[in-house]
Amino acid sequence: MNAPVVSPDPVKAVRRVPPPMAMLAELTHRCPLKCPYCSNPLEMVKRADELTTEEWTSVLTQAAAMGVLHVHFSGGEPAARRDLEALVTVGREVGLYTNLITSGVGLTEARVKDLSARGLDHVQLSIQGTDAETADLVGGYRGGFDHKMKVAAWIGAEGLPLTVNAVMHRRNLHKVRETIDLAVKLGARRIEIANTQIHGWAVKNRAALLPTRAMVDACTAVVMEERERLKGILVIDYVPPDHHSIYPKACMGGWGRVGINIEPNGTVLPCHAAATIPHLTFENARDTPLAWIWNESASFNAYRGTDWMQEPCRSCERKTVDFGGCRCQAMAYAGDAAATDPMCIKSPLRDTIRALTEAESEVGEIPAYEYRTL
Amino acid sequence: MTATPEDRLPDTAVPRIARGVRLRFDEARETHMLLAPERAVKVDPIAAAILGEVDGTRTFAAIVGVLAEKYAAPREQIAGDARRMLVDLMDKRMLEIAP
Repeated sequence: MNAPVVSPDPVKAVRRVPPPMAMLAELTHRCPLKCPYCSNPLEMVKRADELTTEEWTSVLTQAAAMGVLHVHFSGGEPAARRDLEALVTVGREVGLYTNLITSGVGLTEARVKDLSARGLDHVQLSIQGTDAETADLVGGYRGGFDHKMKVAAWIGAEGLPLTVNAVMHRRNLHKVRETIDLAVKLGARRIEIANTQIHGWAVKNRAALLPTRAMVDACTAVVMEERERLKGILVIDYVPPDHHSIYPKACMGGWGRVGINIEPNGTVLPCHAAATIPHLTFENARDTPLAWIWNESASFNAYRGTDWMQEPCRSCERKTVDFGGCRCQAMAYAGDAAATDPMCIKSPLRDTIRALTEAESEVGEIPAYEYRTL
Repeated sequence: MTATPEDRLPDTAVPRIARGVRLRFDEARETHMLLAPERAVKVDPIAAAILGEVDGTRTFAAIVGVLAEKYAAPREQIAGDARRMLVDLMDKRMLEIAP
């Protein structure tokens, strides 16, 4: 890692950038599942390069001091780290709201009890389908579904609030009602119906993952209905696929505005895919204070606010609604991270991408997955 | 949903903040925040005063009584405001009725 050009100066760091709300702490890239839409970067951090417990402790302490409210322990599979419990304790001690984002694999009843006793605030458990056959086919891990059902029961027995995270795509989108039913049965307070983002590894499986327009419309209708029916029982958060949307998603709630991500090796990113933008360099929490990175670094300021925008974003009335969409998607499709998100109706690439998307999603059979193996 | 706010949160009910939801003062933003799964809700001083009385043992009527005395305000007005706010938090599954 290169040292930043301007040396970290705590006095200068009081510049008026609102502090981040949330930190994604990617404890490891290791994971037993092989999901075809894996969100780990293509270049993964090796175990030997992962931050130590002491280094994570420093990161968590700095994050709380600068105003971070939520820490999301994620990965990879965070349960693959044996110090997960210790880090939850640190998170609570420094006043953070601690959330565990897990596949459940690697958790035992004893570990769930321990995490709960240490004050873990919330668990987000992923499910890949509503039956073992589909779910294990998607996750590429036999027995995964049955284990997740047990994990959900252990979480429930502790009284820990549970969110079910259902990643949706072509193979399971038509089962959205069953997915919601399963979340209720598991005692979840909240479900995220999140359509797969086609980034990184998912690009290899795009044709197998993208749902048809009709499937998306049917799913949206079910979500609206169920949201009303389950008011006060289950909160339903819905992320429709942006390939079929009119406007892009407000990626990360705006670059350098809400969230800060820490890679397993301490690299600090404005979003977990930001490393796909080749001209940006990123600082590391091992040698640079987190507050300086957030306030002063070139990477966090590159697409912060609206000054960086070009047309059609610059004059768009939605520029403070969706912040031009996703910089990484702009990079991937338009070859320019400052271009408008190609999923936006105002993007010159929109029609090409829509045609490609519709052609791919209409293919009769779901192509075989190219699994993500470590 | 046809249940009225009074049905959802009757005077005799004991509201409590659900596990996984925390009210804390946020030094960086100089405001109270209600932290919940994937949510951080800014809490204004009135809402913070109401939530500050939700201790999981007092009934809604008792909470209204305490607030009416503390702020020398009419009971009906406080009951209306407090109920609206608390039922909204119940819809978000941040608040529940103790059994």
